[in-house]
Amino acid sequence: MSQFMETFLALRDEKRFADIIAAVPYARLMGVACGEDESGELLFSLPFAERNVGNTTLPALHGGLIGGFLENAALLHLMWNRESLEAPKIVDFSLDYLRSGKATTLYAQCEITKQGKRVAHVLIEAWQEDRRKPVAVARAHFLLSTPS
Amino acid sequence: MTDAAPANEKLLATAGALFVSFPHCVTLGMQYLGSVGRKPTLKVDWRDDLVGNPASGVLHGGVITSIVDTTSAIAVTAHMDELETIATLDLRIDYLKAATPGKAIYCTAECYRLASQIAFTRAVCYHDSPDDPIAHGVATFMRDSNPKPMLVEGAA
Repeated sequence: MSQFMETFLALRDEKRFADIIAAVPYARLMGVACGEDESGELLFSLPFAERNVGNTTLPALHGGLIGGFLENAALLHLMWNRESLEAPKIVDFSLDYLRSGKATTLYAQCEITKQGKRVAHVLIEAWQEDRRKPVAVARAHFLLSTPS
Repeated sequence: MTDAAPANEKLLATAGALFVSFPHCVTLGMQYLGSVGRKPTLKVDWRDDLVGNPASGVLHGGVITSIVDTTSAIAVTAHMDELETIATLDLRIDYLKAATPGKAIYCTAECYRLASQIAFTRAVCYHDSPDDPIAHGVATFMRDSNPKPMLVEGAA
């Protein structure tokens, strides 16, 4: 078990959300926050920050940043909902941009569509003011085990 | 087609400089290294605050997503006579192998089809050579996505 997973699992058991984000340097740099919604599912949020902007004249959140936020959400969601002591490895990531990311908080929630022995499939959805108007939807495949 | 000179060399240089000047790209320390024909190359230096897995020191996948998106967008402008606002429609990244901690990541992209409304791109990320890639990215962009110009002074 990696030291990272050991730390993660300990923080998860105590629901120390801020410390989990703090353990992932790039998530901290983006300014990600995470918590639980009313049904106990993980909910990720990204308060607006000037440094996350792409096109400055609109202004709009950078597409790559939205991708990074969603990919990070998928990984943490998967780690949160698994018992394994091995960190999942991302295989591929596919992202559809539906609306531009405005200068306000971006939210994301994930769903594990399938978790097999070797591979997991995760769906991710991002929205701002209105959940029915997604900013982006994505899906990712993760490798769950490394051959010994 | 991809070995051809840029449609507007000045515009490509302007777009390269402009796209890496956007706040998120500055945050990542993205640099535009120039283009060979219509293929631009960007670089992000390894930095400890860009790491995804602190145990291994491997850069976060989100950094790859950002450099692929930005390099691909610049590649689209290599085919344009005039700068128009473009927006990423979709993007897929294949993570071929883990990036090596401590090493800079380079991304080279090309636009292999510019249709009237959509641009199609592909990109590779690598450390030392595009023949030994870390990640592969394909994307599509909507052309003329917003009437608001990306460049205020219209320097190109």
